[in-house]
Amino acid sequence: MIELVKEALILVGAIFMFLAALGVVRLPDLLTRMHATTKAATLGATLIMLAVALHFSQVAVVARALGVILFIMMTAPVAAHVIGRAGYFVGAKLWSGTVKDELRPNYDPLTHELKSGLETEANARHQPRENDRP
Amino acid sequence: MSIVILLSLVVMALALCLAFVRLFRGPSLPDRVVALELFSSMIVGIIGVVAIATDVPSLLDVAIVMALMAFMATIGFARFLERGGPRDD
Repeated sequence: MIELVKEALILVGAIFMFLAALGVVRLPDLLTRMHATTKAATLGATLIMLAVALHFSQVAVVARALGVILFIMMTAPVAAHVIGRAGYFVGAKLWSGTVKDELRPNYDPLTHELKSGLETEANARHQPRENDRP
Repeated sequence: MSIVILLSLVVMALALCLAFVRLFRGPSLPDRVVALELFSSMIVGIIGVVAIATDVPSLLDVAIVMALMAFMATIGFARFLERGGPRDD
């Protein structure tokens, strides 16, 4: 029984990783590629680590496998957020079929400032900061 | 080595090849960073399967270090990209 569950977990994890790689090749732009890789690859690694925890049923190994799962689950969204942000700021092109880009009208790429739509005369003035580009 | 382990290793090797295609072709630098991050999570999975196949639990430490290094590298690349300002590649 455990053997069967373990093999199913390994196989499903490998298939999810293959789907992530297929997505990164086939999808049209940076954000859709990230959407394929972040979720599917995280799930694949998680399932394989669960299979490892089932295979070696010792406390030390199970704790380490759960540690890997926790670490991957915590860092994958952060890494995806950081890459997506950097990609938007360096001007990665969006897919031509993109329906909505809510950041575009509110973000000023020259001053690196984001408007909220609730500006008054006083707070709309540009405040100098240390990381301003000359 | 059972047939399931062999099959999953083959599937993950194919996935590595596909990710390499994106790393090679990637029109922009962020695409390549995404492909590198995918590489590292697939390598974590491969290390897990190899640990099962060879019955060596110490390999899990390698997986932990791999995940840690991948996260650090991604954050570093993203900082570097954002520092560089807009680019058209």
